[in-house]
Amino acid sequence: MQQRLAHGEAAALGEFYDRFASLVHSLAHRVLDDEDAADRVTREVFAYIWEHPDSYDPKQGTLRSWVAAVTRHQAVQRLRQTEAASARDGGTEAPEPAEIEQKIHEASTAARADYIVTSMPAPLRAALELAYFQRRDYRQTAADLGVTEDEARRRLRLGLQLLSTAHHHQALPPAHRAAHPPRAPHARVPRPPHTPYTAPGTSAPPGPGHGRSL
Amino acid sequence: MNGPDEWDGRELPSSPGERPRIPSPRTAAEDHGPLPDAPPAPAPDPDGGFPPEAAAEPPAAPVILPAPAGAPPHRVLKSLLGAWALSACSAQETAAVEAHLTDCASCADEALRLREAVGLLHPADSLDLDPLLRSRVLEGCLGRRPARIPVPEWATPYDAEAAKLDALLRDMGEAEWRAPVRLRWFEGERPVERETTVGGVMGHLMAVDGLVATALGLTDPLGTAAPPGTPDPLVRTETFWRAADEEQSPLATHAPWRDQSSALIRQVSFAGTRVAELAVRYGDFRLPLRDAFLDRAFECWVHAGDIAEAVDYPYEPPAASHLHQLVDLAARLLPSALAGRRRAGLAAPPKRLVEAGAPGRTLHLEVEGNGGGHWYIPLDSPAALGAPEHTVAHIALDSAEFCQLAAGHISPEEAAAGQLGERDAIRDVLFATASLSRL
Repeated sequence: MQQRLAHGEAAALGEFYDRFASLVHSLAHRVLDDEDAADRVTREVFAYIWEHPDSYDPKQGTLRSWVAAVTRHQAVQRLRQTEAASARDGGTEAPEPAEIEQKIHEASTAARADYIVTSMPAPLRAALELAYFQRRDYRQTAADLGVTEDEARRRLRLGLQLLSTAHHHQALPPAHRAAHPPRAPHARVPRPPHTPYTAPGTSAPPGPGHGRSL
Repeated sequence: MNGPDEWDGRELPSSPGERPRIPSPRTAAEDHGPLPDAPPAPAPDPDGGFPPEAAAEPPAAPVILPAPAGAPPHRVLKSLLGAWALSACSAQETAAVEAHLTDCASCADEALRLREAVGLLHPADSLDLDPLLRSRVLEGCLGRRPARIPVPEWATPYDAEAAKLDALLRDMGEAEWRAPVRLRWFEGERPVERETTVGGVMGHLMAVDGLVATALGLTDPLGTAAPPGTPDPLVRTETFWRAADEEQSPLATHAPWRDQSSALIRQVSFAGTRVAELAVRYGDFRLPLRDAFLDRAFECWVHAGDIAEAVDYPYEPPAASHLHQLVDLAARLLPSALAGRRRAGLAAPPKRLVEAGAPGRTLHLEVEGNGGGHWYIPLDSPAALGAPEHTVAHIALDSAEFCQLAAGHISPEEAAAGQLGERDAIRDVLFATASLSRL
């Protein structure tokens, strides 16, 4: 895919959009909480990738994780600009710089957490879905998933451990340039031994509504 | 990790679904290390459980036994941390974990981290992507860095419609793939219809797209089942439906259909303008490849609309520039459709003979709204030229209405069209438009 984009193949750009547009748009929306702003960031992210397909380094993680990192970066930049502009116009009621930084940090963490949830192995996501959103206890979760109670406890703990890594990052500094987006998040996320991640270039991850279930 | 047996004796023989709402009050365990919270007063059952009422309502003044030996081991408590953070364990377990946390720094650290992580869980946005965003994003990209291998302009409506249908299908579950769909079109003077499922519609699209695929040298999706002789959309569709494996999930056509549509786009991008005029055979007529792609875009949109209606999803029409190309194809096909109907005795004979290339009697087709425009349809012969100054009749209708008519979804008599001029000419053109439809 990267080679086809680098080669300037418009058909590859269309396929790339179809594969990643919902990821990009949902992460941008999580950071900015605004439909139009998320549309604009989506345009910027794809334009950036189309213009700089070589800036993806497969050694640093999957294509998907790179797309998520570029998106988070662009969305946080946009949020920073919007917040700075409203601070300038806000007069005495403008938020303190520390408040702004806190807001940016939280938005960025939320986007990272969303990405982790959509990329974690489906069995972990399913367990979290049941225990958190359906309010099932772990015994019911085990029964629903057809696994032992022990395994249900393990999945819930592992799922939350993965999710907690969303906190372990610095908000991007204001001067950070898009040319080198931060490292892929799940390069640092512990990987459960038995459940493979979806590698780039394979077909869609299992299950309908992937990336939307949580 | 530990088996459940290590937890024996701490579990309530509770009825299914019973889940005490509040953790039992912690007793003064600080001096004694981890404690089971269950009051020891009633003797444990022979099988090791506690009477349910003991847990639900501890006695007012429980006798506290310093019984650290009764607490579950560290590794069991640790395995419960995820469930504890999500408030997904029993009251006894919750209390046992919390007692342990006062003691065990590593578990306390992890417990705090996992509780914070729970705060990051967030219901997914149910926001659907704006289907028109795709074209805007791609245009923005290509404006900043032109493609070295562009998608031909006549293939972009098909590219966009296939992507839009793909997005709809990705949102649908297996039950929706089995939803009944009524396919409608016009044959001669009358409407016909056929009942199938969402899966059946996708098989139809794939089988007919296969005509274009084979013309471009790609594999026939029908494989060895492909009927011999002149390729025909109806015969191919029925062959595909017959060959379909009943056991197979209806979703099985999604990926092959999408792979084929992507391959078609890629193939014409590389072949470029060299193949634009390549003849594609559809039963008793042929279309140049550029028109075949517009035809497939139109069919993809119409049938996606049939599917969306069957599963009650909203569905957007094509972008105006794409819709204009689709209306244009229909308008260009009208003169030969008229001639065909004349040969079959279904339309009035020409009023006069016109030399090929000379202007003749003309119908002014005005399509309003999204993707609309003006077309001048020669009435006497496909070889004649339509000319505004030879207009004998004028039809005005909305682009959505025109497309519904061309798809055979509404009858020519019912089409809401403004009409002026020769009534026979108007009737013939409206019927010819409906006759463009087929399965």
